[in-house]
Amino acid sequence: MNGPHDYGGLHGYGPVLQEADEPNFHADWEETVFGLTLAMGATGLWNIDASRFARESIPPAQYISSSYYQIWLEGLIKILRKHDLVSAQELAGAPPEVRVKVNRILAARDVEKVLASGGSAKRDADIQLGFAIGDRVRVLNRHPETHTRMPHYVRGHIGVIADIHGAFVFPDTNARGEGEQPGICYGIRFEATELWGEDADPHHAVYLDLWEAYLEPA
Amino acid sequence: MSEDNDHHHDHDHSHLTETELRVRALESILVEKGYVDPEALNRLVDTYEKKVGPQNGAMVVARAWSNPDFLEFLRKDASGAIATLGFTGRQGEDMIVKENTPEIHNMVVCTLCSCYPWPVLGLPPVWYKSAPYRSRAVSDPRGVLDEFDVSLPSETEIRVWDSTAELRYLVLPMRPEGTEGFSEEQLAALVTRNSMIGTGLALSPEDARSQGLLS
Repeated sequence: MNGPHDYGGLHGYGPVLQEADEPNFHADWEETVFGLTLAMGATGLWNIDASRFARESIPPAQYISSSYYQIWLEGLIKILRKHDLVSAQELAGAPPEVRVKVNRILAARDVEKVLASGGSAKRDADIQLGFAIGDRVRVLNRHPETHTRMPHYVRGHIGVIADIHGAFVFPDTNARGEGEQPGICYGIRFEATELWGEDADPHHAVYLDLWEAYLEPA
Repeated sequence: MSEDNDHHHDHDHSHLTETELRVRALESILVEKGYVDPEALNRLVDTYEKKVGPQNGAMVVARAWSNPDFLEFLRKDASGAIATLGFTGRQGEDMIVKENTPEIHNMVVCTLCSCYPWPVLGLPPVWYKSAPYRSRAVSDPRGVLDEFDVSLPSETEIRVWDSTAELRYLVLPMRPEGTEGFSEEQLAALVTRNSMIGTGLALSPEDARSQGLLS
């Protein structure tokens, strides 16, 4: 979606501010939101792309003015409500009532194993390659209203295939609950002058990993 | 734990922000419904507070600087090579390492969210997730580097890796001069988090000594 999260190339956000000796979490509630998000994600009731879409589709003014873990919190609540795991009434103080039974609860003893094994989105899929290293490709000028990994600033631009990563879960369909539909993901080099115009630094290139479904020959 | 929560909830909440209240309400609902094991929450947080952080990535870099076979492994199969040091898992399943050279400087961002190689760097700092970095890293990397006090020759090519898919990137900084004969442990002390994102360079032995990182 053309949401507030798609920051690449925007102006006006000011300098990058670093914090010396920055902690992982700036308040206890941030730890809780982090833990709850991972623990509820482990139920397997939704996938990580659906979680990402829930965060991106927060109203733009709210997204931009929220801290990172506030965005996680609102995204989590949105997805929990969608699955009827939490209601607005309960959040307002009504007694909790279990309406949906959850079969997979992340147990404390399994945390280390679950984090250390992760969950690769790479798939063994026998898919014919549409492009080869060195091919020139153009990113499609498409504007899906749902989750996509095609940042706005590369759409319509030409790049060169620099790497072929193999088949990965396609986030666009996965986020919509339409299945993994793995596709080939390519590493693509874009010259800064192609993306940002002829005045851009000639010694600057941006690389993105893009699925074949986002590309056409150029 | 749920009794503890009930206990906390009896206190006056006037000092809590709206966000804190919302998080407390959500946590107690999920725990009471049995959807979340409170001890699991503690362990999730503890993992990144105590075990996983940029010290892991520094060990990877130090080994790559010291051991040509490991560097070759890292180039061919970064996830496999990194796993030999025991660093695996969530948000690092499919890793790629990019080597800085005198001609090429690599820098990593995720313009869409906050993708970051957790097993080697831990959780990302606020600036990495912030609008200023996400907006300008791809369009004005030299300006961003300047804010990190990194100045590179104008002919050095800057390659920005916008990690918006499922690959996670670790930058292999250049080995500083004057480190011949250093042990892996000594080398790791020179490797900062930012040098592995590409918004910094590895420390010189002098700088590391003056910061108390190297004896």
